[in-house]
Amino acid sequence: MIWNSPAEFFAMGGYALYVWGSFGVCAIALAIEPILVGKRRSLILNSLRRQRLADEIENESSREGSPT
Amino acid sequence: MGDHGGFEDSAGVNNKLIHWFKYASPQSFYPLAGKLIPWFWALTAVFGIAGLWISFFVAPTDAQQGEGYRIIFVHVPASWMSMFIYIVLATWAGLGLALNTRLSGMMATALAPTGALMAFLSLWTGAFWGKPMWGTWWVWDARLTSELILFFLYLGFIALQAAIDDARRADKAGAILALVGVVNVPIIYFSVKWWNTLHQGSSVSMTKSPSMAQTMLWGMLLMALCFWMYSIAVALMRVRAIILEREAHTEWVKELAEVKS
Repeated sequence: MIWNSPAEFFAMGGYALYVWGSFGVCAIALAIEPILVGKRRSLILNSLRRQRLADEIENESSREGSPT
Repeated sequence: MGDHGGFEDSAGVNNKLIHWFKYASPQSFYPLAGKLIPWFWALTAVFGIAGLWISFFVAPTDAQQGEGYRIIFVHVPASWMSMFIYIVLATWAGLGLALNTRLSGMMATALAPTGALMAFLSLWTGAFWGKPMWGTWWVWDARLTSELILFFLYLGFIALQAAIDDARRADKAGAILALVGVVNVPIIYFSVKWWNTLHQGSSVSMTKSPSMAQTMLWGMLLMALCFWMYSIAVALMRVRAIILEREAHTEWVKELAEVKS
């Protein structure tokens, strides 16, 4: 093991700002991107579900409204 | 009626001919991508854990740069992926232009934000590495400038596609921009050889043995695999959302289990 204590690990030999600034931003970016894509998916799925519901209501009302 | 039957026959032959392109149709690619995504996430996790372990607990302290060199384990993978994703994006875009397949354009569109993110991370981690080692966050050196241009190419591709309402036209316009921009990728890659740059030469070369410790190399390769699998997983997720958006009017989308529920 290279590190003698957790404090030494987090200090990164004086390069803490640069090492954690790099790894931290990468971790945040790679965590946020899939969440945004998931939001995009649920947005389009919700819109598709609403469309489907609207179609169903329209079909029913047209069947009741015009008995031809 | 006889004519109608003849038409059906020729359509049947046509179907057999295009069978090879089965997964080029959004309808059959959508469920396939859905099945693949969890596997790519699992690979991302495995390579990520192994890569981070080596990055922080196995790879020794660098003789010249101390612990600061550990930025290499995210900087190099992000830079590689930013270039690699651009090549893949341009390939899909080119295929879309040549074969006029719908899925190609969707793949290119799905890759662009991930590529832009990788280019941004490459520049960001580069700045955080440059500051302690060179004393500056940024220099207008050939490697850094060409990577910045790559970032702008991604943003230009995204902006151009967003500005055109018709998806097929947006794909075509984007494809031309993407193909013109390909010339930038070899410029980035060879910039450290062609020009006298502040940026160091490549740590890994295909022709000579790597100029770094074996464990450092392994850490870098594992992290690169992690970033690679991540990019595939997130791009597949995005292409599925794009398929739903663009095929919203079709019957098969309306009949999907996730839409019916």
